[in-house]
Amino acid sequence: MINYSVDGDGIAVVEWDQPGRPQNVMNGPSLEAFFAAMDGALADDAVRGILVTSAKRDFVAGGDLQWLQRIGSAAEVFEWASGYHAATRRYERGPKPVACALPGSALGGGLELALTCHYRVAADNPGARFGLPEATLGLLPGGGGTQRLARLIGYAAAVPLLTEGQRVRAAAALGQGILDAVVPAGSERDAARTWLLSEAAGSARQPWDRKGGSIPGGGVNTPGGFQFFTAANALLRARTFDNYPAPRHILSCVWEGLGTDIDTGLLIEARYFAACVTSAEAKNMIRTQFFGLQQAGKLATRPQGVPTSQFSRIGVLGAGMMGAGIAMATANAGIEVVLLDSSVEAADRGKAYAVAQWAKWCEQGRLQPAAAQARAALIHPTTDFAELAGCELVVEAVFEDRAIKADVTRRAEAVLGADAVFASNTSTLPITGLAEASGRPTGFIGLHFFSPAEKMPLVEIIMGGQTAAATLARAMDFVKAIGKTPIVVNDARGFYTSRVFSTYVREGMALLQEGVDPVLIDKAGLLAGMPVGPLALADEVSIELMYKIVAQTRQDLGAAYVESAADQVAAHMAGTLGRLGRKNGKGFYDYPEGGRKHIWPGLAGLFPPGPQQPAAAELVERLIMVQCAETVRCLEEGVLRAAIDADIGALLGWGFPAFRGGPLGWLHTLGIARAVADLERLAQAHGDRFAVPGLLHDMAARGESFYAI
Amino acid sequence: MTEAYIYDAVRTPRGRGRPGGSLNQVTPVYLAAHALKAIRDRNGLDTAQVDDVILGCVEQVGEQAADIARVAALYAGYDLAAAGVTINRFCASGLEACNLAAGQVMAGMTDLMIAGGVESMSRVPMMSAGGAWSVDPQVAAATAFVPQGISADFMATRWGMSRRDLDAYAVESQRRAARAWGEDRFKRSIVPVTDLNGLTVLDHDETMRPDATLESLAQLKPAFAEQGRSLGFDSVILQRYPEVAQIEHVHHAGNSSGIVDGAAAVLIGNRASGDALGLRPRARIRAYASIGSEPSIMLTGPSYAAEKALRRAGMSKGDIDLWELNEAFAAVVLRFMQVLDIDHGDINVCGGAIAMGHPLGATGAMILGTALDELERSGQTTALVTLCVGAGMGTATIIERV
Repeated sequence: MINYSVDGDGIAVVEWDQPGRPQNVMNGPSLEAFFAAMDGALADDAVRGILVTSAKRDFVAGGDLQWLQRIGSAAEVFEWASGYHAATRRYERGPKPVACALPGSALGGGLELALTCHYRVAADNPGARFGLPEATLGLLPGGGGTQRLARLIGYAAAVPLLTEGQRVRAAAALGQGILDAVVPAGSERDAARTWLLSEAAGSARQPWDRKGGSIPGGGVNTPGGFQFFTAANALLRARTFDNYPAPRHILSCVWEGLGTDIDTGLLIEARYFAACVTSAEAKNMIRTQFFGLQQAGKLATRPQGVPTSQFSRIGVLGAGMMGAGIAMATANAGIEVVLLDSSVEAADRGKAYAVAQWAKWCEQGRLQPAAAQARAALIHPTTDFAELAGCELVVEAVFEDRAIKADVTRRAEAVLGADAVFASNTSTLPITGLAEASGRPTGFIGLHFFSPAEKMPLVEIIMGGQTAAATLARAMDFVKAIGKTPIVVNDARGFYTSRVFSTYVREGMALLQEGVDPVLIDKAGLLAGMPVGPLALADEVSIELMYKIVAQTRQDLGAAYVESAADQVAAHMAGTLGRLGRKNGKGFYDYPEGGRKHIWPGLAGLFPPGPQQPAAAELVERLIMVQCAETVRCLEEGVLRAAIDADIGALLGWGFPAFRGGPLGWLHTLGIARAVADLERLAQAHGDRFAVPGLLHDMAARGESFYAI
Repeated sequence: MTEAYIYDAVRTPRGRGRPGGSLNQVTPVYLAAHALKAIRDRNGLDTAQVDDVILGCVEQVGEQAADIARVAALYAGYDLAAAGVTINRFCASGLEACNLAAGQVMAGMTDLMIAGGVESMSRVPMMSAGGAWSVDPQVAAATAFVPQGISADFMATRWGMSRRDLDAYAVESQRRAARAWGEDRFKRSIVPVTDLNGLTVLDHDETMRPDATLESLAQLKPAFAEQGRSLGFDSVILQRYPEVAQIEHVHHAGNSSGIVDGAAAVLIGNRASGDALGLRPRARIRAYASIGSEPSIMLTGPSYAAEKALRRAGMSKGDIDLWELNEAFAAVVLRFMQVLDIDHGDINVCGGAIAMGHPLGATGAMILGTALDELERSGQTTALVTLCVGAGMGTATIIERV
């Protein structure tokens, strides 16, 4: 786990090398071994300096979250952190210089460990990243990171790195003073050794342990510190709506901690760290954003026994916004794309969309011009279905019209190989129905991309009634190949994401009809943690589209269709008034040219706000719980196959607030028994859309939960 | 209960509160001592009889730190027996000092007190003392901290006051202040500041702009738009009040209180101590009150404080002849008039801080004296003096001529 040796110069080499893992991670056993080695080196008279490094490509990737979650109570976390600080302080304040040679990335706990060393030298490794990303998982750097980084580079430089979890390259880390040196890869140990044998190392002391040492940019109890934190507090709240305790606690660690000595600062950090580790927000974010995404990225639910597919050429039918985005995402992964549309101009426009974006990336330094050209060369715009020959997979992204879709399906299949996957990017039409146009429905599947497709990380894979397991496996391979995250759902109206997402928008419209002030409705959406208020979102996706979907659904279901308040609002706005949404500049909002959008004044006449407005918290509850209830129904009806897919899909698909973990994660946070009670109360007051699904009742009765943690 | 009487009140003129302002040449302890000397000398006080000197001061740091009341009393040559204490209730500190002094007299624990306040905003700028509220991340989050200017703009937005409404109020404040000076209405209170040679440093309020018009004010840029937008404060208060879509930034240097230097002192005591010194009481303190309310909107406290003080006095709104509310921001006064339905003709009749400035720790004591002078001039009987206070507080005092 930790290799230890002492060389002829009296340099002890303490080398992280955890067996059976691609990465070194910090956990109880590995730290125990590390500290034992460090204590041994301190006690060994033959040792004059200590070199900390890694036998793996990277240094230490961070804390072992599974282990961290098992620590348990705040008292136990605090005790653990205190022990960690005592152990690191022994060598940090000890008589022997400690250098750290970083062959690759040092993130989270890994960087914190490096910061306990007197000298840090990193390999000039283009893939290496340095940062403290704990805040992105609802945590804070609890290994002294808030104290050492802020003391090393100053609070103003440290706070953005800490609260936003930015990862920087070696050169930037050197420039910021996080690293002492960057040397050619492979020479980092020699450089560390050279330093350890130098005169400078003899009197090595951390800046915070030097008498009269000062913090770059000054302390926090200064006029500058006052201004900085006053603004940082407001800016953080503006960004997070005070829904995320971790970045707030980080600010507190820096502000409170820098007002005292390092040892007291570490204790302060340990208290906030314990609060973060035990918070529901961290548990939710770790479950969904870390473990959930990790498993999804590994295609944990991929059918077994199907060889992994390679993709060299795929087809995209329809070069509109969505088709162009899919083509771009595919070319980004180095895969050839046949981009087909009904006219050469339309197909060329689709390619031009991608080319324009790449040009922008080049301007921003994100892409080399040569690479941009290479990617552009991968996209072949055409009108000729024959060019689809040899494609391993085709994504259809034409109009949401069954006839058109059926036509392109038949024409594409005529030239495709027997094993090729035909995928529809429909967001509304049931896959099983669309597959009726296919000559081989086992190879037909839904791949629901989100707009803009080149950017949005989620793909909702929809199994048709006859879709084969091998087709699913290939589709998942493709999603992974283009760097996106799949969730798998079964075929049903609206699938999963559109169905649940729409409940949020529709609840906002129902509130409007009840006489709730539209300003309050949309603000409640933001306070709930959603990225956009429900009415603003309705404008974005278009009220007209909702109106049309309702019309279609009503037609499909006939007498079984139950009209809702939201339907009436959509019908009135789009049908009667022609206020279609953002696309015609008229929706719930007005969009004055050159001005800021604002609620359409006529809305107050149409839906007069009641004299007594509800508290925002009530609206927040409704806007969240309506999504949660519908998600449980999707699980109950078998639309969803796994709880974690629901939560990943919600976070990545429509920006469901990460601190809640996802719709099911949120019910888990509430506790199933309380969730049942809350939904019963809401159903009583507001109707059946909040009715408790049987599944949830059963779970409550059996004392079950969606997740272990 | 013993009655507490006001025997006298003095104030310095208010100097422009930045380098170049006349009172920037003198220290805050000098200003405070100057007011203390003036109230002693013109009343022939034996300061050995003064139980305590309570001064309000907001930025108690640097040369205003370490109990400036005691140091100023010593510097003014008060008897060593006169104690001194400095208090901070933000913008109402000067009035709170008077209320605490009156309360002690009423309780029978002291006989003769001097209350007042001092602030040299030119030498110890606003926010110098820092404080936990805005800067401590936990506290700022728990209270939705925003700076006062944002609160004031939010009030105007929320209650539909236009920039023109505020500017019209400001123009009238300037007109009234100029009239009051022209008619020598402040004569009884004003003590010109003189230097160690006896040369006059300042004998008038320095920031007045009697020529201000709606047109000239219209040229001024909103003062709080930039910090509201770029530092996130607009978003913070709009999160606190989700029913409001956005803030209109309508306050500026011309319809907000001026930044000035100044000091004030008020002589308060029971009947017996006044009689012993041969002093005639000018007014009785009927009641006082301080309140707390929502801190983010911050500046709506005066109406609550006024209502509380009225209840304590067993009085109703109609019993008050004259209203004096510190003009921290034009919206504060307009909102107060809206809530209590007060005629503009009955409030701030001599102008206020928009014209003459608001030396934070001293203002409350200054406007108490202004109200008393005005009652005597106009022959009215009762006045209610109040100020909005940081962090959502309000303080009010009701006086009655005797």
